[in-house]
Amino acid sequence: MRWLPHTDADRRAMLGAIGADSIEALFRDVPAQARLTAPLDLPSGASELEVERALGAMAGRNRAAGAGPFFLGAGLYRHHIPAAVDQLLLRGEFLTAYTPYQPEVSQGTLQALFEFQSQVALLTGMDVANASLYDGATACAEAALMAARVTRRGKMILSGSLHPHYVETVETALRFTEFDAVRLDPDPMGFEDLIGRIDSATACVIVQNPGFFGGVRDLSALAAACHAAGALLVVAVAEPVSFGLIEPPGAMGADIVVGEGQSLGVGLSFGGPGLGLFATRDKFVRQMPGRLAGQTLDGDGRRGWVLTLSTREQHIRREKATSNICTNSGLCALAFSMHVSMLGGSGLAHLAELNHGLATQMEAKLAAIKGAKILSPSYFNEFAIHLGDGTNAAAIVDALAAKGILAGVPASRFFPSYPELAPVLLVAVTETVTEADMTALAAALSESL
Amino acid sequence: MTETTFSGNRGLQLEEPLIFEIGCAGRSGVDLPAVPPVTADRLGGCARKAATGLPDLSEPQVVRHYTRLSQKNYGIDSGFYPLGSCTMKHNPRLGEKMARLPGFADLHPLAPASTIQGALEVIDTLAHWLTTLTGLPAVAMSPAAGAHGEWCGLMAIRAYFEDKGQGHRRRVLVPESAHGTNPASAALCGMTVDPIPATEAGRVDLAALKAKLGDDVACLMLTNPNTCGLFEIEVLEIAQAVHAAGAFFYCDGANFNAVVGRVRVADLGVDAMHINLHKTFATPHGGGGPGAGPTVLSAALAPYAPLPRVVTAENGQRMLAEHDRDLPGELPFGRVKAFHGQFGVMVRALAYVLGMGGDGLAAASGDAVLNANYLLARLGDALSASFDGPCMHECLFDDRFLAGTGVSTLDFAKALIDEGYHPMTMYFPLVVHGALLMEPTESESKETLDQFIGVVRALAARAKTGDAEPFKQAPRLTPRRRLDETLAARTPVLRWKAGS
Repeated sequence: MRWLPHTDADRRAMLGAIGADSIEALFRDVPAQARLTAPLDLPSGASELEVERALGAMAGRNRAAGAGPFFLGAGLYRHHIPAAVDQLLLRGEFLTAYTPYQPEVSQGTLQALFEFQSQVALLTGMDVANASLYDGATACAEAALMAARVTRRGKMILSGSLHPHYVETVETALRFTEFDAVRLDPDPMGFEDLIGRIDSATACVIVQNPGFFGGVRDLSALAAACHAAGALLVVAVAEPVSFGLIEPPGAMGADIVVGEGQSLGVGLSFGGPGLGLFATRDKFVRQMPGRLAGQTLDGDGRRGWVLTLSTREQHIRREKATSNICTNSGLCALAFSMHVSMLGGSGLAHLAELNHGLATQMEAKLAAIKGAKILSPSYFNEFAIHLGDGTNAAAIVDALAAKGILAGVPASRFFPSYPELAPVLLVAVTETVTEADMTALAAALSESL
Repeated sequence: MTETTFSGNRGLQLEEPLIFEIGCAGRSGVDLPAVPPVTADRLGGCARKAATGLPDLSEPQVVRHYTRLSQKNYGIDSGFYPLGSCTMKHNPRLGEKMARLPGFADLHPLAPASTIQGALEVIDTLAHWLTTLTGLPAVAMSPAAGAHGEWCGLMAIRAYFEDKGQGHRRRVLVPESAHGTNPASAALCGMTVDPIPATEAGRVDLAALKAKLGDDVACLMLTNPNTCGLFEIEVLEIAQAVHAAGAFFYCDGANFNAVVGRVRVADLGVDAMHINLHKTFATPHGGGGPGAGPTVLSAALAPYAPLPRVVTAENGQRMLAEHDRDLPGELPFGRVKAFHGQFGVMVRALAYVLGMGGDGLAAASGDAVLNANYLLARLGDALSASFDGPCMHECLFDDRFLAGTGVSTLDFAKALIDEGYHPMTMYFPLVVHGALLMEPTESESKETLDQFIGVVRALAARAKTGDAEPFKQAPRLTPRRRLDETLAARTPVLRWKAGS
């Protein structure tokens, strides 16, 4: 077996040194009736070539996004990742290292995490960011729990702009706690009144910007209302490329910013792994979940990095920890950081303008279709379109998929119990979309309506 | 002793500034097409007012920066990594190649069902391997890591009791030697943690456990083999007692590599267990993730498994059940994350199990246990073994062999770094003093182990001569000497700032 170095002679010699007759004898502490005596009904080992054939066949039963016009988003965006990012990620010193608990042999990971934290803080306009969580949804749940710790209150108001998976993940996390989530209806047009719902029991309001249906909002007044009531404003960002063009949540008064970092460096990968972003104000740092890399000095007085403030974490604080998280999304954070470094501030701004510009071009094409109406009053690179009363966006998406066009995400996928959303389609436009793709989508949609 | 140079570099040890100290405005590492005309004002008055402040760099600068950073890291690819409880085995590169196939890497989770059949087949096929290997009938595939899987398992248990009108069962019994995630996960489910002491032999004290059982207990959380590297000899009696009290047996699967392919945890009485794909199933740890923590569940707990689930329609087409209404008669406790789980990690794990086969997995756990016992046998007289063997896939030593030498467990571990090894896990588990927990894994050859044994024995002999100074000074040959963790915590500097 190519992954196991021992020869039978090695095994015999080692058993001799141990004083055991067989490897099986080393399992003598396992109750005899629990030891398998016959092989499990599983295939035998296979060569690389055979595994490649089997998995290649499975991959072939999927339709890769790059195979044709592609407009899916809804919390996960297809962007071009510079070739250097993946090449660097494959360096074994990054790929095959553990969590950097031994700082003298982990300065590479630690410095990269410190840079990642700095980049996230700059992008979000916040003071401090952690070294990542699992994904945007779990980051949102952690934010809700942190808001409860900070405010000692238990009511979380979840905006209709928040990604439904984030809403459901928050609800699940709160299910067996004394805290309550108040979930507002989906809000494609941005009509909801959040300020009017804030009261003295409110721990936080959680909104998404740009919202799940695309809308971009100035949250300053909402932040002020939260603060006046002693509540926190949590802002979720599912599309980090938007940071290049949209005013960051920190500048609007957010107390916690969470996000999905997948757009930069990580890729689609059928939705996982993602990259949970988490940033907050300095004054709340000791209530943060997750790892933090910090700067310090070594025995020779040289600058270096360590994991720090770990008295918040489970391996020290156990049941009193701020979170149970241990393994997070280290390599995805590195990928994000590399992609951001490749883009730079200028490149990210350019990329964001490119996404937005293309999206407005797409809007113009689709708005011209008879019966269709753009719902999102504002957006970054994704908007909601109403395909006309009585239409079924999911059926249209399936029909267009059969023609080789992945048109977008039907809102009904998330909201099956809201019939008024059945005609609504989310259309995302990134730099990977061409003029020809947009023309093809507009023509195909026009035909099917 | 540090030799100084004009550059600050030392041969191949290259100093590397922060990326913010290299970059400046006016470069780019990415060439992008021109921005098309914006057809309408759609930014809602929220255009960014100030630049991000991120530095601009060219591609060669970025490549060099991260290459240099990587050279300050130690990975499994670099050398022996006997970090107990972490299963730092070789990560086959086949998994990396497979995860990068466009049909997997460039696939959106919300694409129409007809276009994602292969992805659902990956999830289903891996699920079949995991249920077969554990003997439990169901598995929640979406948890993102071990701790997330623990939480998922406990949520299923909590949901079960709420449904059965036994919501008062909220006490969780956790051995003192448990990973910190266990009590932290229990707390997140609104459960209280009650510690169980260990016996002199490093196992659960069955009498103490029985005394703590009662009708308010939801479950026992037990790592088996436990964090001392020992199999719980009385596991069947433990399971029986827990079940007799109406509670569940949750197993922390962090140490599954010791028994995979040889023991099905269902046959031990386990009701739920998470599986760290980034440990037992050889996916890379990546400097702290991503991992994956699929959680196998008994028939009683299966109806409460979270959304989404992969289901097969009558026509053989696989589909995703994403809402309660898609699963009549079931009571999913909710959703644990966005989308459908750590798919990229699952592809790598599937490549591993297909490559290994059922026979290869049993051979791997056998070699993992053999290697740990070999270390225990060859080091037992030089260090101080905490417990008699046989051990399972890891072996535990404590610091009695260092008594009176002035050398601590930490010093000893740091000296190993200068010898070219990643240290073992230190000061965990908490049940012995100055713990040194070594997990060699099946990936290591006898030659590697023999060389390591020679070095550890030589260091132990040096320590016992009373020559503590080299240990106190260690490591001396790394890019940085020991780092001041107190300074880092007392005056936190957690980000770069312009002008700082």
